[in-house]
Amino acid sequence: MLFRVEVKDREGIFDAVGESVKKGVLDLGINCVEEVRFVQIYYLQGKLSRQEIIKISRELLIDKISQEFRIVSKPKDGFFSDSQMKVVEIAYNPGVMDPVEESALKGIRDLGIKNIQALHTSKKYALLGNISQGDFNKICEKLLYNKTIERIVNIKDMFSEHKPLEYKFKLVKVDILGADDKELEKISKNGQLFLNLTEMRAIKDYFRSLERNPTDCELETIAQTWSEHCNHKTFRGLIEYSENGRKKTINNLLKSTIAKATEELNKPWCVSVFKDNSGVIKFDKDYNVCFKVETHNHPSALEPFGGANTGIGGVIRDPMGTGLGSKPILNTDVFCFGPIDYPYSKLPKGTLHPKRVMKGVVSGVRDYGNKMGIPTVNGAVLFDESFVGNPLVYCGTVGIMPKDKSFKKTKTGDLVIVVGGKTGRDGIHGATFSSGELTHESESISGGAVQIGNPITEKKMLEAILKARDENLYSAITDCGAGGLSSAVGEMGEELGARVDLEKVPLKYKGLTYTEIWISEAQERMVLSVPKKNLKRLKEIFDLENADVTVLGEFTDTGKLELFYQRKKVCDLDMEFLHKGNPKITKKAIWIKKEHKEPKIKEAKDLGAVLNKVLSHPNICSKEWIIRQYDHEVQGGSVLKPLAGVSNDGPQDAAIARPLLNSDKGIIISCGINFRYGLIDPYWMTASCIDEALRQIISVGGSLEEVALLDNFCWGNPDKPDRLAGIVRAAQACYDFSKYFGAPFISGKDSLNNEFMVHGRSIPIAGTILISAISVMRDVKKAVSSDFKKEGNLIYCLGETSDELGGSIYYDVLGNLGANVPKVNKNYAKKIMQALSKATNSELVCSSHDCSDGGLAVALAEMAFSGGLGAEVFLGEVPVGKSEIRNPKSETNPKSKIQNPKRDDLILFSESNSRFIVEVEKDKQKEFEKLIKGLPFGLIGCVTDKEQLKIFGLDGKVVVDEDIWNLKESWQKTLRF
Amino acid sequence: MKKVKVLVLRTAGTNCDKETKFAFEAVGAEADLVHINEVVSRKKKISSYQILAFPGGFSYGDDLGAGKILANELRFKLKKELEKFLKDGKLIIGICNGFQILVKAGLLPGYNKFQQEASLILNDSAKFEDRWTYLSIAGGKCIWTKNLPQVIYLPVAHGEGKFILNDENILEKIKNNNQIVFQYCNKNGGLGDYPENPNGSVENIAGICDESGRILGLMPHPERHISFYQHPHWTRLDKKEEGDGLAIFRNGVEYAKENL
Repeated sequence: MLFRVEVKDREGIFDAVGESVKKGVLDLGINCVEEVRFVQIYYLQGKLSRQEIIKISRELLIDKISQEFRIVSKPKDGFFSDSQMKVVEIAYNPGVMDPVEESALKGIRDLGIKNIQALHTSKKYALLGNISQGDFNKICEKLLYNKTIERIVNIKDMFSEHKPLEYKFKLVKVDILGADDKELEKISKNGQLFLNLTEMRAIKDYFRSLERNPTDCELETIAQTWSEHCNHKTFRGLIEYSENGRKKTINNLLKSTIAKATEELNKPWCVSVFKDNSGVIKFDKDYNVCFKVETHNHPSALEPFGGANTGIGGVIRDPMGTGLGSKPILNTDVFCFGPIDYPYSKLPKGTLHPKRVMKGVVSGVRDYGNKMGIPTVNGAVLFDESFVGNPLVYCGTVGIMPKDKSFKKTKTGDLVIVVGGKTGRDGIHGATFSSGELTHESESISGGAVQIGNPITEKKMLEAILKARDENLYSAITDCGAGGLSSAVGEMGEELGARVDLEKVPLKYKGLTYTEIWISEAQERMVLSVPKKNLKRLKEIFDLENADVTVLGEFTDTGKLELFYQRKKVCDLDMEFLHKGNPKITKKAIWIKKEHKEPKIKEAKDLGAVLNKVLSHPNICSKEWIIRQYDHEVQGGSVLKPLAGVSNDGPQDAAIARPLLNSDKGIIISCGINFRYGLIDPYWMTASCIDEALRQIISVGGSLEEVALLDNFCWGNPDKPDRLAGIVRAAQACYDFSKYFGAPFISGKDSLNNEFMVHGRSIPIAGTILISAISVMRDVKKAVSSDFKKEGNLIYCLGETSDELGGSIYYDVLGNLGANVPKVNKNYAKKIMQALSKATNSELVCSSHDCSDGGLAVALAEMAFSGGLGAEVFLGEVPVGKSEIRNPKSETNPKSKIQNPKRDDLILFSESNSRFIVEVEKDKQKEFEKLIKGLPFGLIGCVTDKEQLKIFGLDGKVVVDEDIWNLKESWQKTLRF
Repeated sequence: MKKVKVLVLRTAGTNCDKETKFAFEAVGAEADLVHINEVVSRKKKISSYQILAFPGGFSYGDDLGAGKILANELRFKLKKELEKFLKDGKLIIGICNGFQILVKAGLLPGYNKFQQEASLILNDSAKFEDRWTYLSIAGGKCIWTKNLPQVIYLPVAHGEGKFILNDENILEKIKNNNQIVFQYCNKNGGLGDYPENPNGSVENIAGICDESGRILGLMPHPERHISFYQHPHWTRLDKKEEGDGLAIFRNGVEYAKENL
């Protein structure tokens, strides 16, 4: 029997869900909706009596104080069904996990009702007003549901559904031995394998040597293992790079740049780099910390909530699967979206509006991060038109583990065990899907690649894993990410061999084929290798947490990957071929320096007005609306929060947390990202991002001594030589500046093929690198925040301000890009950071803020309104650039001369790197200046109690005189929803 | 002297358990993290403890309403043990999700034990928010708030924290009984609207106790302000020995030490 229970807020109770939908409708420009009411619907299946349904409803499904329910068998009996309201009911598509189901079933069984079989939910919205059908459809499509995972249903559908399909085993073989090149390409395309002809030929050759055709499962396994996503063939392959007619061949870009710097720096505190699921560095004498940042761009484009939700869920499993498992302690999130005021009429077919993408992504991160109990402490949000069809969603997690749990080793004879969630048809082809470009058909072809997560399943698994780890019950662990079991078991058994019985995998529902089971990317699963003798104890631990443990097979010594379904062999591949048999691919990269021009701009009369505009720019404005939705304080370790200052709403350069509550040692996390510089030159974009991430660490009181970096490349299709050339230049800068600053890379990731098809033309995103930095801080009590502290204190500017406004927000506000991209001056950049670090360590610094987007003016304004204090500043005292800057080796011109900016606006808004605004008490002046002697610095003004930011221009006249609260309002209003 | 024993109850989705344990230990108690399954199976006895703490988090994902499923487990599986625990004059604290659980299990305001009389529902803003709130301390009855200053500063981090009651009579009753313990306020103790009252709670209620004063539930997180360095703008303040929240844990532990 199927029962339907409707639950809604009682009359007189404020319907907060309904109200927020109403606000969303107004956002769509539809003004005719007077009221929105929300109804939660439950479908319960099982041999249940009416009394039992009433008991379930009363005791479990409703809140007795605020809600009421109806048991409904005919549509007209439902809430609001025969009123004046327009009603729509939305349910998940079949096969999409309903996150409520598992806990609801538990709740029902807790009531002593055992005959419940299944539970599904749907949502009903009732809208009052004179609403045309067109508007109603628009509201449904643009606001209430996403057809990638949901659909509009009527009550009749729901009563006729939920009949699980049976699966009857049938071995599927693919004829590739008899296929010519054309057919090979067809097999790849039709099977969504995303393998090119060279690769298909290599597969054909392999099976020819075996004198048989592959099974579908074998082909899928190879496609997944060789995918760009899992194998990074661009970074590990051959690249023919040319620039100004000069050519060179790069063999393995990763090893010859990023990883090379790490190897050469050879820092003793680097524990495990580029090997495991995240990079590991030393924390203290007992613990190590690890850090990983991932992207989840394509899924987030199609289903923002689910994409970001599983993005953060997935990256959390990276530290959990590093070494023998670490405990996640911090999350970071960086997003790039299309402009939030983008006109609907311009939206390419198949794309969601940027505002909807943003709201969905933020909710997805909020849901997963908060429920996992991991504070989200750092991030950035940027906007640009190139991200309309292809947003970027970077998620990162830091973990901590006892030092003796930092390495793993699978052993022959260990059991292959899957723990955590059950397997469904979700996420089929995620690994290969992310290795192709998005089209407007992506949502129908690859919809299955998008999922929603269940953080509680992951949380239960985490608790059990940490306990099992501490009892030494397993020898290795890894997560099921892209490629699912195929990738996890394949990797763990690479050196040995593995045998798996696929019918043992616990399923969410029947009907999955053996191949689907193997490549499903269902979330919240990890694979352990467990010595047989530990199985019993392992089960006890997982049972206590109500978490699943299933034995799937064994790690062998055959060097083969052998899969069975009901004792029939469905896959028999040599690990050697699977992991090393992919042909090395040669790609072409051609760098053509784009001729950008500096704009001819007349200096505005009212620079105060310009400053307000710059502060309102979406890339600079306050992200408080987002930050507050994340729990950034759970675990109790936060020391410097993302928002601080006198009213807890001022921006901070980096986040500091104490992972161990009884220790004053801390972790600092920061990030550098600026795609606009990359439009001019990816080399200097990357250098600037490294500089930014590092100066944020320094600004809050860290040092360069123990800083590690992560790289995350998001680029367009690497088969196109112009895109690939940008990647090569960025990687070269990673090497140059990692070496220069002495900050090694410990991990990274690339997400390529970020393009979107519009009218048959493929539009790439702006090639974007995210540099994340992590540093160990010896004493968090010496942390420095960015808000001005006391009137009368001195304000210093450290570092040179040059005519480097290319890619700046100032130029963007004026509609220009410019040419003079900020560079990093190796003559002093590192020395400034070291000096400031010494000063903060000696507690000479009251506040410090780095100059980044919006330059000196924005930094001063933020420090002023965060502290509730004013300042008087003299631009004539700002040290300006006179030095020469070394260009990368490859360029014909080894040095470029930096221009001395002679205008107030250029000094105010230049985005030159390696600059800090530092507040120092008068009686510390001498001591502070001793530390920065010989470096470019200027004593540019002092803090006042006038609540006014007053800036004097080069000619001594006032050029900015703004009320700090007005400046703050400009900064806050853009993203205040 | 024997240490006061605290049971910090956890289940799937609990996530402030470790810092709550740390806070109790910082004031000299011995705290154990115990899974609800261990209590239900009688492997661990709540009667061996003097204080029962329900920490924050999202028990069972807060599916079907925050704290609901765990509240039902208390009502249907642990009723007798809890009745005995209360009869013995022992202490309970519920923080955030723990408060939601106590209210939905009918332990707060607690006129008819195990019958829900109040609720904590979706914030008026319809979203989760993490922000610091000033709390004025009302009511002289609660043993957990003895000698606290008039106004303290603690963070809230929740989506379902709007406190409401069944009817006006119950509101009168909790007022008359001095059961309102914390009210959201401004810096000077005055009651205001959003964002001072972050969720739209009736009478700005942030925390209440039962008639005995021994069961306390509150939405703000005292365990997140036990150290000066957890204050959101400590970098601009004169150093204090401890954060505002620590005294709450100390009061509970001291009371247990003297009376239990």
